[in-house]
Amino acid sequence: MATGVLARRLRALVGDDGVVDADDVLLVYECDGYTLERAAPELVVLPRTPAETSAVVRLLAEERIAFVPRGAGTGLSGGTLPLAAPVMVCTSRLREIESIDLRNRRLVAQAGVVNSWVTRAVQGDRLLYAPDPSSQTACTIGGNVAENSGGPHTLKYGVTVNHVLGVELVLPSGEVVRLGGAVEDRPGPDLVGFVVGSEGTLGITTRATLRLVRAPEAVRTLLAIFDSVDAASEAVSDVIASGIVPAALEMMDRLVLQAVEQAFSAGFPADAGAVLLVELDGPAAGLEEQAEAVSAVCRRNGSREIRVARDEAERALLWKARKRAFGAVGRLAPNYCTQDGVVPRSRLPEIVRAIAATAERHRLRIGNLLHAGDGNIHPVILFDERDADEVRRVIEAGHEILAACVALGGSLSGEHGIGVEKIGQMPLLFSPDDLLAMTRLKAVFDPEGRANPHKVVPDAKVCVEARTPRRQAAM
Amino acid sequence: MAETSRENGAGDGVSVCPPEPRGTQRRFVDTAPLLACVHCGLCQDACPTYVETGREADSPRGRIHLVRALEEGRIEPTTEVTRHLDACLGCLACETACPSGVPYGTVIGATRPWIEDRRPAAVRAARRALASLLVHPVARRIAFAPLRAVGGASLLARAARRLHGTRAGSLLAFAAAVPPARGTPALPGVVEPVGTPRGTALFLPGCVAETLFPETARATVGLLAAAGVRVRVAHGSGCCGALPHHLGRADDARARLRALLRSVGGERVDWILPSAAGCGAHLREAGHLLAEEPAAGALAAKTIDPLVLLARLGLPEPRRRIAETVAVHDPCHLVHGQGVREEPRALLRAVCEKPLVPLRESELCCGSAGTYNLTEPDMAARLLERKIDAVVASGAQVVAAANPGCLVQVRSGALSRGIDVRVEHPLDLLARAHLD
Repeated sequence: MATGVLARRLRALVGDDGVVDADDVLLVYECDGYTLERAAPELVVLPRTPAETSAVVRLLAEERIAFVPRGAGTGLSGGTLPLAAPVMVCTSRLREIESIDLRNRRLVAQAGVVNSWVTRAVQGDRLLYAPDPSSQTACTIGGNVAENSGGPHTLKYGVTVNHVLGVELVLPSGEVVRLGGAVEDRPGPDLVGFVVGSEGTLGITTRATLRLVRAPEAVRTLLAIFDSVDAASEAVSDVIASGIVPAALEMMDRLVLQAVEQAFSAGFPADAGAVLLVELDGPAAGLEEQAEAVSAVCRRNGSREIRVARDEAERALLWKARKRAFGAVGRLAPNYCTQDGVVPRSRLPEIVRAIAATAERHRLRIGNLLHAGDGNIHPVILFDERDADEVRRVIEAGHEILAACVALGGSLSGEHGIGVEKIGQMPLLFSPDDLLAMTRLKAVFDPEGRANPHKVVPDAKVCVEARTPRRQAAM
Repeated sequence: MAETSRENGAGDGVSVCPPEPRGTQRRFVDTAPLLACVHCGLCQDACPTYVETGREADSPRGRIHLVRALEEGRIEPTTEVTRHLDACLGCLACETACPSGVPYGTVIGATRPWIEDRRPAAVRAARRALASLLVHPVARRIAFAPLRAVGGASLLARAARRLHGTRAGSLLAFAAAVPPARGTPALPGVVEPVGTPRGTALFLPGCVAETLFPETARATVGLLAAAGVRVRVAHGSGCCGALPHHLGRADDARARLRALLRSVGGERVDWILPSAAGCGAHLREAGHLLAEEPAAGALAAKTIDPLVLLARLGLPEPRRRIAETVAVHDPCHLVHGQGVREEPRALLRAVCEKPLVPLRESELCCGSAGTYNLTEPDMAARLLERKIDAVVASGAQVVAAANPGCLVQVRSGALSRGIDVRVEHPLDLLARAHLD
């Protein structure tokens, strides 16, 4: 079907302002938070309700048109890059929190509801939605489900999959299926668990039933300053070994600290090698002792200064520095690329050393933000996209860092997903049989391969080692 | 830059990185502020138009993307493209949200005149007429005279309620929201402080604010005197250029700012006080807007919103207290343009009997935005409905809005919906407590 005809039929379903088909405007959809690769869709459609979403997808199914779902477009692995998918389906107008069940602590949100709205809707009742990605003021629940998003507080509370009780999924056929539901541990295979983290390759999530948790009675946030990343990493291992599970345990290295200090004047010493941001929460009784114990561990590992946030304002400033650190680092160079890998917690010093060596080898500046408590690393590579050679080195450095993670017994992604960015690295972690099994599983939901094609699992027909897009770019 | 085609059969036309910028020749904006945008998207949910339409071309990140593509010559200013740039309120909520410090106001400010020059002649003429009408002292009085004569009339309000949701209804509500002419006497040239003098301020009565809200101007001057400020009133200082600036009329805006600088730049005062938040935000950028004039930086540095100055100096104990429940709406040019959030609340807390009532999305634009409600009436009406929903949900009896545009807009919304809420300038509320 010609794009014009398709646009007309889609407008009949979603209203005139729900279709974007002017080429010059479609440009804004050519990338998400991952900007190294770009491709604009031929058409963007924005349904207003879950029912309209399924009507849209049914029409696309009739015409056998592939599509890519998109929420707020804050993803960091290029999961919304339209590859062989002419149509982008945006859930940004599905913005309703449909029901709140305080007594059973659950809430039904449409896919376009912004993560932070969920907590805002229930915080008066001392509840919260635990997954808190740094982009939580903009990213959507649909996107969080697709990427199985994490956040600093996942150390204690778990990631998105631990907080989604059920999803409503529009299959690529347009058929609507409801998986999971209000009660936990339903019999049969865990299909919700399969959908969460599938990066839009199984269909479009339109609604999710979310678990709410009790807001902690008390919170202690403290910041420990270290001379080196090694010392801070040792402290991380020792804190966990002591039996305390902090709500969050974050590390920032020197480059990041300097950027944050420049942007927010949070009061970090310019010569510090690393800081740990530790948050403890729970019943007020005993929290002070835990904070003391953590402080003692930090001091034993050479922390030269420990600051405890005295009130909510000080706590907010510390977290602002952490949550907006990516943007602050962004001020140091025209562009940055945030990597996402995982290593066993005990290997943090090694991976940070490997990253430093990579930076030196490729003449790049790389800062480190780490969800240290669960070994999830976020090296931030600075570059200038106008320098083609530098772009090539950024891509190579990214590869090397991920390969190093895998070599240390870790993984390719903690929370950003595979998208297009890391699809070429999947064989580092999985055998051809593993990948084939994944392809077959996807086919159960999407036999024609029309939902977000060429994402997550490399195409079986291709020799993935040599044919990754980024490697082509680098050559 | 090379285009890579994916050999796994996917994605024709996937380009790795954007195309090279076109040489060194610049169309209308420097690339540095554009490159500061890292495309993270954190601005999107702060943007009123994105929140309403869900389309990324109506978000700050999308607009920056379009501006960059225009600058690089990838696209041209077609109707489709300019529609999304025109829809920007200029509220700068995105600057508050941006972690990378993108100077969005500078970007859109540089883009608007370039687009303005490329509009069809008839459209350009209409926008020029609007700008001149609002800033010309005589034309403005004549234009507003009928509104001032009938302003507040209950008949109008009733008609507006009946036509709620239509363009005619919006216009009637707007007229009904304009305060009626009360024959307020003109401000004296100088007002001496009460008690020990703590400094001298130059008060710019402004253009629209002076015509529509002379009572608020009197309240401002009276409160400042009560706080120990000697106030000189810069009669005839004219428009600061903020309105033409927002309409993309850069030369006009610069000429007006320069004229203002010439008339008041030499004054030996401690503070310069604008009468509207929009003027304040504009004047505080004077050093950047008139980089070639050394006095512009000094003017910018001395510019301070009257509410901020009052909060800083402190007011005496109020003579009486406000009994109603009050919610605070944050005008964009105060909260995002100047980072002022706490001061109006602190001042009001000191005069209100009851605690302030929280207002949902208090920092989201009400749709007034300078001349936006005249140039983009549909989106302005949507945002107004949203604001009034929040006002109703708050249950407040009074909404305090520290900007003339917001006052008329929110008041017109309340009238159209027939809700029993008063919309007042915080300075008028303070005057009630301190002066009457």
